[in-house]
Amino acid sequence: MTMWVDTTLVFLALTSILLLGSSRLTRCIRIVAFQGVLLGVLTVAVHAHAVTLRVVALASSILVLKGFVFPWLLSRVLRDANVRREIEPLVSYIISMLAGTLGLAVSFWLSTRLPLPAPPLSLLVVPVALFMTLAGLFLIVSRRTALMQVLAYVVLENGIYAFGVGLVQETPMLVELGVLLDVFVAVFVMGIAIFHINREFDHIDADQLATLHDWTP
Amino acid sequence: MNLLALLLLPTVAGVSAFFLRDDARRRLVLLLTAVVHAGLVVATWVSPPAPLLDGWLLLDRLGQLVLSITSLLFLATAVYAVGYLGRERRDAHQDFEEGLLFTNAPEATFTACLLLFLAAMTLVTVSQRFGLLWVAIEATTLASAPLIYFHRHHRSLEAAWKYLLICSVGIALALLGNFFLAVAASNPGGAPIPLVLDDLIHAAGHLNIPWLKAAFLLFFVGYGTKMGLAPLHTWLPDAHSEAPSVVSALLSGALLNCAFLGILRVQQVCVAAGLAAFGQELFIVFGLLSMAVAAVFIAGQADFKRLLAYSSVEHMGILTLGVGLGGAASFGALLHAVNHSLTKAMLFLVAGNILATYQSKSTAEVRGVARVLPVSGALWIAGLFAITGSPPFAPFLSELTILKGALDQGRTVIAIVYLLLLAVIFVGMMTVMLRMAHGEASAQSTDARLPETAWATVPPAVLAMLVLVLGVYIPPTLWTAIEEAARLLGS
Repeated sequence: MTMWVDTTLVFLALTSILLLGSSRLTRCIRIVAFQGVLLGVLTVAVHAHAVTLRVVALASSILVLKGFVFPWLLSRVLRDANVRREIEPLVSYIISMLAGTLGLAVSFWLSTRLPLPAPPLSLLVVPVALFMTLAGLFLIVSRRTALMQVLAYVVLENGIYAFGVGLVQETPMLVELGVLLDVFVAVFVMGIAIFHINREFDHIDADQLATLHDWTP
Repeated sequence: MNLLALLLLPTVAGVSAFFLRDDARRRLVLLLTAVVHAGLVVATWVSPPAPLLDGWLLLDRLGQLVLSITSLLFLATAVYAVGYLGRERRDAHQDFEEGLLFTNAPEATFTACLLLFLAAMTLVTVSQRFGLLWVAIEATTLASAPLIYFHRHHRSLEAAWKYLLICSVGIALALLGNFFLAVAASNPGGAPIPLVLDDLIHAAGHLNIPWLKAAFLLFFVGYGTKMGLAPLHTWLPDAHSEAPSVVSALLSGALLNCAFLGILRVQQVCVAAGLAAFGQELFIVFGLLSMAVAAVFIAGQADFKRLLAYSSVEHMGILTLGVGLGGAASFGALLHAVNHSLTKAMLFLVAGNILATYQSKSTAEVRGVARVLPVSGALWIAGLFAITGSPPFAPFLSELTILKGALDQGRTVIAIVYLLLLAVIFVGMMTVMLRMAHGEASAQSTDARLPETAWATVPPAVLAMLVLVLGVYIPPTLWTAIEEAARLLGS
């Protein structure tokens, strides 16, 4: 079953690089939705030796939430906001993808520096999870639309989840569900905030949210 | 039972506040919840509550300290909020800064979020399981973001957005820290150690040190963002200045402590694993850095709510520094957490009164507070002396304890830097805030004068009394509780 785990992890890394080079927001939403589906598959693949009801429940809630509910919610926000593309990003798409490739290399190097106490299920877990986390952080600071920042937050969280599911087998159900609920509410509240930003400003360019500062020029 | 009641009460009240249509009844629910919650917290001092869920929920001394501050401040702000909500206008009204029209968020949403915020903070203080602690801290962010956007104009929206995004990303890193901790506790060759504080401390010898260190760093960055430690404090002045003053008081006085508690929990594990010094060095560096950043922005600050917000960054720096020094300074830091919370909440509530009368947050426009608002003016000056650490107020005592802790350990350089920064901030705050209190009142303020109702003056006055009393006499119960809490931090 390691093959399934490896395959999904490779796809997760590839989709993240793809996201770094995408400008159309609907496409970005689809990529992140696909990542949600991949995470659902990963959850089952990791526990393939003992698929319990618990695993199925967790995997399906991840799949439904990240693969369908989030994209639906964000598409609605997008439709109201009437924006198609990411506005001229602070770092161009080509450079972003190059930075992504470099980030992947750095993640692989980092994972060799932190030897795991027990051999992991797949050697790809740590580097891919770290890479997704880095990609999420990079997107948050380099993209300007509020919607893209929420997507970046989801990617960051996806990376962290991949790390958890790949390495930590015994997370209790209550904690898993609590985390999932928090992430859901976070994306929901951010979606509402974008809706308000759009209504208030007629744009969702978070970079222009810069009225508050200390010294008036 | 008590723990369950403490958690369920604000949750149920919060959900029902959403559906209550009658304003008067909803305000009554808010007040009653605050009173009963405070009563339940007092009961925990009489007899310690039984742990729940196999020890996942347990009230130790550290948690009890933070919970008591939170509950007390919530009571004060709930009383204040009833008056505040009564005087807020329903229809679209003019924004005094830019003259645009805006409306308020529905009062039901506001009250509900306020109560859920209390529920989330209560959960933070009783969580012993690291995953649950994370869930609770993220929940505080989500419950409080709508509170910041109560006045629906573009500045508060910007503040709420920054708060939501920066804190969520920070806290997401703390989640990665949770998983790192789980790897550190995986204990090859034996059963994995459950991520419950007590279990981790008892089995600390089996933890994998490099992963524990990495986990600590992630927790520190994550919860440090929420706590407002420089250079991750950028959301804090915006959120505190744009939120209604009632909310600012809770954010500053209660929420920042909860985030600090998150960091202290990891430090407890590190201390048990023999890594005390590793975290302490970081605490000292970031504590002093926060104080320095605050000093820079306090000098010449043009907005008095931002001034108070930066003062919170400073005091979070002092807390971190105190714990970093350890020993007697840890005791001082925990005492300071109590003193700072009471003083800062009081100042924010008074700032709310000033704001309502003068319709301005500008330190240059507000003059003659002592004349226009006699009670608030007196409290403003008292609060100013208290927050800058002047005797006889309580913060003086705790800041002195931290200084003594540094000197006893022979860390003279740290002590000197600490004193210098305190002095700079003292001068910076004195010049700005005293100027506001004295002088001739501007014409506009006397026109729009609001009578100082008991709702608006009693809560800050009571807090001010407490700050004064604690400066002279610390009840033995509190003293031993803080000593026991400091011992949990390994000193």
